[in-house]
Amino acid sequence: MIDIQLSEKPLDVKTCLDWVMDPACGGIDVFIGTVRNATKGKEVLRLEFEAYERMAIKELQKICENALVKWPIHRISVHHRTGVLQVGEIPVIIAVSAAHRAAAFDACRYLIDTLKETVPIWKKEVFADGEVWVAAHP
Amino acid sequence: MHLKILAFGIARDIFGGSQTVVEIPENATVSGLKTQLEAKYPRLQKLASYMIAVNDEYAQPGQTLSATDEIAIIPPVSGG
Repeated sequence: MIDIQLSEKPLDVKTCLDWVMDPACGGIDVFIGTVRNATKGKEVLRLEFEAYERMAIKELQKICENALVKWPIHRISVHHRTGVLQVGEIPVIIAVSAAHRAAAFDACRYLIDTLKETVPIWKKEVFADGEVWVAAHP
Repeated sequence: MHLKILAFGIARDIFGGSQTVVEIPENATVSGLKTQLEAKYPRLQKLASYMIAVNDEYAQPGQTLSATDEIAIIPPVSGG
């Protein structure tokens, strides 16, 4: 069971937890990304996220389906934010429920790592003296 | 044929807008399109990498393009 959302509105951890909660599960693993106040010692003012929405949802669906094949997990919720985020706000939540914790931990890590590699979402770091699209240049 | 190319992230800055149009021979491939785009926008060559998506899927270099495809340039992703 997979729940995927891209949203311009603030994300809610409890919504993801409630969605993955399942009486057959013994645990839930959650990854919450938060906007950090600095990159390489330089103060970050805010992040701006942009998505190729239809493709991003399709790619997220693929990695969630892969996770369900690779690990004995029950439910996955992936919510990703778009738009302008301030320091401390949440760009991404991934929640995974499973009968046993090892599968939930492993699947959750796979989901966030793969999201960062393949899902067409981009973030721009805005500094006091300029801005940078993250990962764009070598 | 005319192809409309959608742009996101840094590609939008390089194109100076959310899309660009290129004129390309019928049956051109993804790598042909990349060559043409790089001639028009040399800054693309400075990126760490970039992919082309066709109809919401990452495309292979030899894949043939058609005027009805939805084509997008996918610079290095950085979600999460």
